[in-house]
Amino acid sequence: MIDALGSPSSLLLVGGTSDIAVATAKRYLTERPLRVVVAARNTPRRSAVATELEGAGAQVQVVDFDADDPASPARMVAAAAAGGDIDVAVVAFGLLGDADELRSDADAVARLAQVNYVAPTVVGTELANRLRQQGHGVIVALSSVAGERPRASNFVYGSTKAGLDAFYSGLADSLVGTGVSVLVVRPGFVRSKMTAGLDDAPLATTPEAVAEAIVSGVRKGRHTVWVPGAMRWVMSGLRHTPRAVFRKLPI
Amino acid sequence: MPEETLPAPHRSHARGGPLQGAVPLTGWGRTAATPALLSPVRSDDDALAVLKGHSPRGVVARGLARSYGDAAQNAGGDVLDMTTANQVLHADLETGLVDVEAGISLDELMNRFVPQGFFVPVTAGTRYVTVGGAIAADIHGKNHHIAGSFSQHVRWLDLLTADGQVRRVSPESDADLFWATAGGMGLTGVILRARVQLKAIESSRTLVDTDRTPDLDSLMTLLSETDHLYDYSVAWIDCVAKGKRMGRSVVTRGRFAKLDELPAKRRTDPLKYHGSVRVSAPDVFPPGLLNLATVAAFNELWYRKAPKRKRDQLQSIPTFFHPLDAVGGWNRIYGPRGFVQYQFTVPFGQEEAMREALERISHSGTASFLAVLKRFGPGNPGMLSYPSPGWTLALDIPVQKGLATLLDQLDELVVAAEGRIYLAKDSRVRPETFEKMYDRLDDFRTVRKQVDPDGVFTSDMARRLAL
Repeated sequence: MIDALGSPSSLLLVGGTSDIAVATAKRYLTERPLRVVVAARNTPRRSAVATELEGAGAQVQVVDFDADDPASPARMVAAAAAGGDIDVAVVAFGLLGDADELRSDADAVARLAQVNYVAPTVVGTELANRLRQQGHGVIVALSSVAGERPRASNFVYGSTKAGLDAFYSGLADSLVGTGVSVLVVRPGFVRSKMTAGLDDAPLATTPEAVAEAIVSGVRKGRHTVWVPGAMRWVMSGLRHTPRAVFRKLPI
Repeated sequence: MPEETLPAPHRSHARGGPLQGAVPLTGWGRTAATPALLSPVRSDDDALAVLKGHSPRGVVARGLARSYGDAAQNAGGDVLDMTTANQVLHADLETGLVDVEAGISLDELMNRFVPQGFFVPVTAGTRYVTVGGAIAADIHGKNHHIAGSFSQHVRWLDLLTADGQVRRVSPESDADLFWATAGGMGLTGVILRARVQLKAIESSRTLVDTDRTPDLDSLMTLLSETDHLYDYSVAWIDCVAKGKRMGRSVVTRGRFAKLDELPAKRRTDPLKYHGSVRVSAPDVFPPGLLNLATVAAFNELWYRKAPKRKRDQLQSIPTFFHPLDAVGGWNRIYGPRGFVQYQFTVPFGQEEAMREALERISHSGTASFLAVLKRFGPGNPGMLSYPSPGWTLALDIPVQKGLATLLDQLDELVVAAEGRIYLAKDSRVRPETFEKMYDRLDDFRTVRKQVDPDGVFTSDMARRLAL
């Protein structure tokens, strides 16, 4: 249960090896010990994350999850829920993709759409079914400001995040009255293993800052948060920029 | 999701939408609402019907919802509204023994029996609690040092257990089940009826002595030396005052007046009583209304307006016992974010821990509007019963940033002093901390396992604390 002051006692990390997922768990663990389910492919990185979180005071359970396998989300959610209620579920998996390749390689586009859009919607549906039965819980979905107005330099990635964002925003409304809520998180450029080797974009942020925004957003019962907060107003401006101008912006 | 991995869908989940007919429920603190199917209980059969067709998320009984936290909530499951079973079944006006349905409130008991010369044996700071709730939380009042807690005045109770049986349980017939149910937060079954020993009174007026004490030391000394002279005793304490004034208090202590102690004009109708709510707080209070500035101002005024020393003042039952009940829905003044109440006790000899706790609270900048200090008498065999010999402090704090950490730290202090917190007030303690506070928790779990092996009776609190 999430208590009166917004502290959960269990956390499910879908895409549990992502930097943002790990930072979120560690942020929660600075307050209290809790049960953390790490759902990810069986890799050395997953074992390392499990060890790291145990060291930070978590009671860790690892569960297999593969975004390429259509049967995986249902199995993953069932396995995660077998150990008790899921208070907060963070949907944190995704790929950035190679923008050059994605411009022309249809297979690469299909794969990115599967991992970044199709799989998150299936996971979201399975989570919603489970949490609706529990009658409580929060689903946190990692969207991106790239989805608010896709730009030429990474529009495929942006389009998958736009789809994910629309799905979880709509899911939030469909869950009103069930005791379950959804928090959509829209970070800007996050310095992480996903963006390793890329130059910082303006208002670049860190996994720790995103984790802080998630914890505080869950605590306050927010529905959408931008990281950093100023991104909200930047994106609002960009959304209303005429296309002829937007196209020429160096972003 | 594959069928076999999920429990069978509850009757109300048929179409995968929200739980049909579910209503959001909270405790008195108005935090952490969760939806549940609320079914009115008018008879044993009503309760049994819900139990037989219960949700996979289980069942818990709910009374007037004065528990501050999640004790009477059950996310996605069934909740029994017991307030519809509220009859007096039998009353013996010779002995003061009454048999009542569990949903009757202490308010109603007073309305019925004060004019007949009987008061409830124990009342909380509100009279809007049910008898079932009073047993489940094993409530205490201003007379704990003399009379103990509510369950000690219960001769037997009828308990609907998970097997569908109704058992009459008394401390003599089944001590383990009785003392697991007293203070057991509804987790052993549904309390349907109880026999309660009322307290004989000659008048409905109390004789009250008021004293002001300038700091914590003088307060504790006063209570230690003279509490035994009074049936009822409590101190309002200013949790905002710091330094030398830390712990300054207004102590009110009293007893029911005898007939010959009343002024002549009151002697014609000595048991006259009416305790109805006069006004209700509207639901429009903004968050943050109660901040450090407003609370400090209020506390200053409250302390100054109290007489330094006053003796034998006649007060009505509502004025002396239930001042807050004069305003219906007063919990709304904390605004939409709600509030938590933190109540803890430390044993005698751990006065330093109480001082340390007060110091941390007064320095934290959290505004505690209502803080009450009392000296407890001996405890009882209730496995999760809260009162134990020592000092208890209860305070209300609006939900605000940093509160979770402050209270976690206070918990550590309380555990180190071998103290405990009160479940009826709790909405946020950590399960592993709670375990250290109640050394009979394992006995409670053993009894619960015996009478309810599948854990049918459960609540948000039970899940949160792994009770």
